[in-house]
Amino acid sequence: MNLTLFIPELTLTVFAILVILLDLFVRQKRVLAQVSISGLVIAGVITIAMWGNSFPAIFNNMLAVDNFALFFKLIFLAVAFLVILASVDYTSRFARFQGEYYALVLLSTLGMMLMAGAADLITLYISLELTSISLYALVGFLKDGKSTEASLKYLLLGAISSAVLLYGMALIFGFTGKTQLGEIAMVIQTMPAQTLLASPALILGMVLLIAGFGFKIAAVPFQMWVPDVYEGAPTPITAYLSVASKAAGFAIILRVFFSAFGQPEWLSLNWGMIFAVLAAIGMTLGNIMAIPQTNIKRLLGYSSIAQAGYLLIGLAAMGFSAGADTAGRSGILFFLASYVFTNMGVFIAIIAISTKLNSDQIEDYAGMGKRTPLVALALTLGLISLIGMPPAAGFMAKFYIFSAAVQHNLLWLVIIAVINSVISAYYYLRVVKVMWLGKPASEEKISQSGTLKLALVLASLGILLLGILPGYVMRLAEFAANMRLY
Amino acid sequence: MSLGLEHYLVLSAVLFSIGLYGALAKRNAVIILMCIELMLVAVNITLIAFSRYIVPAELTGQIFAIFVIVVAAAEAAVGLAIILAIYRNRQDIDVTKINLMKW
Repeated sequence: MNLTLFIPELTLTVFAILVILLDLFVRQKRVLAQVSISGLVIAGVITIAMWGNSFPAIFNNMLAVDNFALFFKLIFLAVAFLVILASVDYTSRFARFQGEYYALVLLSTLGMMLMAGAADLITLYISLELTSISLYALVGFLKDGKSTEASLKYLLLGAISSAVLLYGMALIFGFTGKTQLGEIAMVIQTMPAQTLLASPALILGMVLLIAGFGFKIAAVPFQMWVPDVYEGAPTPITAYLSVASKAAGFAIILRVFFSAFGQPEWLSLNWGMIFAVLAAIGMTLGNIMAIPQTNIKRLLGYSSIAQAGYLLIGLAAMGFSAGADTAGRSGILFFLASYVFTNMGVFIAIIAISTKLNSDQIEDYAGMGKRTPLVALALTLGLISLIGMPPAAGFMAKFYIFSAAVQHNLLWLVIIAVINSVISAYYYLRVVKVMWLGKPASEEKISQSGTLKLALVLASLGILLLGILPGYVMRLAEFAANMRLY
Repeated sequence: MSLGLEHYLVLSAVLFSIGLYGALAKRNAVIILMCIELMLVAVNITLIAFSRYIVPAELTGQIFAIFVIVVAAAEAAVGLAIILAIYRNRQDIDVTKINLMKW
């Protein structure tokens, strides 16, 4: 076994412990953010150095280190980097426990990195819980009424959904006698179709898995927690939840359903259809519920449900293509990469504005175009990208994922998605309109700190880069989508 | 009559359903947490029964169950801490009254 392939995760673990220890001695809490960021950068550099090679899985085939996993690890590290940059000013409002805040962000990133590589049901469960338990604590970090309420709702619903997920895993283990994804696939492929159909255990297990993972990615009908938790959580954590937690959920869905249930074809057509229906309901419900919202974090909560719907189209395309081509998979990877920059950009702009106003109400954003023009410009760019208009990244992302779906006879789903994009333009553009045309409550300029500006510039550059020159990242996504089967 | 795999599976399915019902119907947050623990115990019974009857030569199911127990303990610890934080805020842990934000 090759322990060197595990160094990015080990680095993060060491730095998380280091941050907690340093917290005891250091007065100047900014140092903790610097230490966390350096840990993320080191882990990122090592991950980039590993890119392109074809490594065997480590720990008895329990943890894959293929390019698919590396692609997602880079996404998580980039998100955590931006989140910590955006948190530096935000955390100064916590009187205590700043060290724990950074350490928990690092630990949940570690959990997500393990999720991206998990090739065994046991690893998958442990890494999922490592991520979730850190996030439960982070959501309640403000300790006020709303934050603790959000945390309790997230915890209770999250724990129920992971119990359901676990029951599904137990059924699949009972059906195949294996927990390693590749071995499960082999058992399923060697069984005759009659045996598979005669026993409900496999299908029931699969449905329970979809329910458990659906909670993580905020797919309808497991989306109840999203608006409340997004509203109550500290805003950097909301950003983190909406991007990284969703990407991690998609990483495991892709790996589990592609490598364990990818063959035979009738099976993948079945779950492809489930994902197609969930996508259609998710998009429609998310977009319609977002229209009457007045709180911007709640609005983005419903928007994230809708975006999960668009991403599920890619999963449906993957199910319908039965492993023939990578269009669906690489479409999801590209969409997630662009979604990371887009949603992070939007949330960092919201942190910049809301912490100064002490309000998340959309009407209070009136006149931001005059009071803080650069932040308003970045927020506008992010919202345009969420609608899916050029030149932002969201346009190319939707283009790739929709074309993958059209190739695999899912035209009806794409038509629903396009109608939904039009509906979504209404509520996204309403925010833009309030910002640029609304009457400001005061003429006072709002200034921003250097770290927030840096995070905002990085995210905006990402949006433009992926929107104008998508080819390079698309090639990376196609390369990463060729998952190794074990 | 000897005990077979079916008996264990039925037992665990019943336990899981009781847990799920309690988690959805009870109002006290601590009792909901206990019901979730019940669901996890039901899963452990399933795992161990499958391991014993399907692959008796390996201990995969038992190992999985140990991991589940450890994670459940961690989850309960964080859960109780959050319930304490809620209680300090409003002297009540009735989940139907925790409604600052509408569903």
